[in-house]
Amino acid sequence: MKELVSLPASQTVHQDKRNRRFKLTAFRPRHMMVCLSLTVLSIILICAAVPQWIAPYPPGKMFADRIMQAPSSVHYFGTDYFGRDVFSLVVYGSRFSVLIGAFSVLIGGLTGTLIGAVSGYAGGLADAILMRLVEVVQTIPGILFALAIAAAMGSSLFNIILAVSVASIPGYARVMRGQIASIKTRPYVLASKSIGAGSLSAFWKHVMPNSIPPLAVMASNGLGTAILTGAGLSFLGLGVVSEIPDWGALLSQGRGYLGAAWWIATFPGLAICVFVLAVNLIGDRLRDYFDPKKQYA
Amino acid sequence: MLRLIANRAATAVFVLIGTLFLVFSIHYFLPGDAVDVLLADQSGNEQIAKNLREQLGLNLPFHEQFLNYLKSLTQGDFGQSIINSEPVLDKIIAQFPKTILLTLASAAIAVIVGITLGVLSAIHHNTFIDYAARLIGLFGISMPTFWSGVLLILIFSIRLNWFPAMGSDGISTLVLPAISLGLVGAGFIVRIVRNSMLEIINEPFIVTLRAKGLSERLVMYRHALRNALIPAVTMIGMVIGDFLGGTVVIETVFARQGIGRIVADAIMAKDLPVIQGIVFFTALVYILINLLVDISYSLIDPRIRRAAS
Repeated sequence: MKELVSLPASQTVHQDKRNRRFKLTAFRPRHMMVCLSLTVLSIILICAAVPQWIAPYPPGKMFADRIMQAPSSVHYFGTDYFGRDVFSLVVYGSRFSVLIGAFSVLIGGLTGTLIGAVSGYAGGLADAILMRLVEVVQTIPGILFALAIAAAMGSSLFNIILAVSVASIPGYARVMRGQIASIKTRPYVLASKSIGAGSLSAFWKHVMPNSIPPLAVMASNGLGTAILTGAGLSFLGLGVVSEIPDWGALLSQGRGYLGAAWWIATFPGLAICVFVLAVNLIGDRLRDYFDPKKQYA
Repeated sequence: MLRLIANRAATAVFVLIGTLFLVFSIHYFLPGDAVDVLLADQSGNEQIAKNLREQLGLNLPFHEQFLNYLKSLTQGDFGQSIINSEPVLDKIIAQFPKTILLTLASAAIAVIVGITLGVLSAIHHNTFIDYAARLIGLFGISMPTFWSGVLLILIFSIRLNWFPAMGSDGISTLVLPAISLGLVGAGFIVRIVRNSMLEIINEPFIVTLRAKGLSERLVMYRHALRNALIPAVTMIGMVIGDFLGGTVVIETVFARQGIGRIVADAIMAKDLPVIQGIVFFTALVYILINLLVDISYSLIDPRIRRAAS
C-alpha cells in the first residue's frame, strides 16, 4: 500500500542553504519548449472551440474588391482568390484537425490497446491469430488504407476519423501487446497472483497501470501522425465537404496560385506543421519523463 | 539464412492473401462499386448497370469472386482495369519503376543525412550541431510532405528556377521530391541514431576501448556506430515502408508519374483490379524490405549470426 512515512522535523536532512544558488529552472531551454508547446496547443484548441472570438472575419465572407492581397495589417495572412481572409479560414479550419486528431487517437488507441491487451495477456492461440491479422493490416501503408476506407465510405468527418483510426490500430496493438506480455511475467504480478488475486484483478490493478507509459508516448506521437494523415486525405480531395475548408484542402486550393499568391498555401501548412511540432515536442518530453534509464539530456 | 528466407516466404504468402482479402472485403461490403462510378450520369437505367455488372463478374457471390481472382493470379493474370480495360500488370509495370526510383532516392537522402547527423549529434552532445540535428529531426517528422513539397517548389522552382516544378523525366525532376520525402525519413532516423548512440556511449565497453588506446574516431565510428545500427536499421525499414505510402502525396504535388497517382485515381474510381494489383506489389516490396532488414541484422551483429546458424 502506498503510505507515506513522514519523518519528524529533527530527522530531515539539513539543507545547506548558504551555498544554494537560485537556478532559474523555469527558463531552461527544455522547460521553455514545453511551455511554448502547451501555449501553442492551447491557442489551437481555443481556435477550434470558439473561432468566432479569434478570427476577425467570418470564414466565408468574400471581399470582392480585395482579391489575392498579400499579408497586411488588415488581413494577417492575406486574401485568397475569392477575397476571403486567409487568417480567418485557418482559424476556423483548425476545428477539423483537432477533431480528427483527437478522436482518431482515442478510437485507434482504445481499440488497439484492447486488441493488444487480449493478445498479450491471454497469449497462445488468440495471440497468434490477432498478431497475424495485425501484420496483414500493417502491410498496407497507412495512408493508402485510410484513403481506401475514406474513398469507399464517402467524405464525412466521421468516415475520415474512422479511416485514420483503423489505419493506426496495428501500431498500438503491437506495442501494447509487447508491453503487457512483458509485464505479465514481472515478479510483483506473480506475487499478487500467488496470494490469491484473480487474473482479471491482477490485470486491472497491476498490468494495466504499468503499461500506460508507452501508450502515452505512442498516443502523443500518434496524434501528430493522425493530424498529418487527416490533412493529407483532405489535400488529396477526400476531406470534409463544407464551406469551411480544412487545412489540407486550403493548401490544395492555394497550390494553383503559388506564383501569384504564395500565402494561400503557405499559412495553412504552417499551421499544420506548428500543431504537429508542439504535439511531438510534448511526446518527446513524455518519453524522457517515463524513461527510467535515461542518463543524458 | 536459408531457413530465414523459407520461413519468410511462407509467412509472405499468408500475408499477401490476407491483404488481398482485406482490400476485397472493404470493396465488397462498403456501398457502391465501380459500375456506379462508371455510369454516374445514367443512374436511372437499372438494366445497363445490371448488364455491366454481369459482364464484369461483379454480381457473383463474395467467395466466387475472390477465388476466381486468386486462381487467375496463379497464372499471372492480374485482371483488367475496369476503367479502360488495360491489363493491370502492364499498367503497374509501366509505372512502378518511377516510384521505385523516387523511393530509392528519398531513402538515400534519408539514410545519409539521418545517420550522419545522428552520429555527429551524439558525439558532439549538447553543442550547436546537436541542437541543429534535433531541430531537423523534429521538423522532419512534423512537416506534412505536401507542405514541404509546395515550399520547395515555391523557393527553388518559382523564385530561383533551379529545378522544375513538375514532371518525371531526368534527374532534375527527382531532386525536389526526393528532398521533400527524404527529409521526413531523415527526421526519424536522426532521432533514433542519436538516442541509441547516446545510450551506447555511456556503456562500460566504450571505456574499455578508450583504455585500450583506440583513437576516439575508431571508438565512435567503428564500435559505437555498429552497435547503434540495429535499431537504426529497423527504423530505416519502417521509413522506406512509409515512403511507399508517401509517394501518393508527393506524386500528386509534383505531378510525377508513378503508382502513387494510379492508386489514388483507382481508389476514387473504385477500380478494384488495379487497387488489388498495386496492393499486391506494395505488400511484396514491404515484405522484401523486412526480409532485407532481418538479413542485415545477421550481417551487423555477429551474435545474431551465430544464433541463426
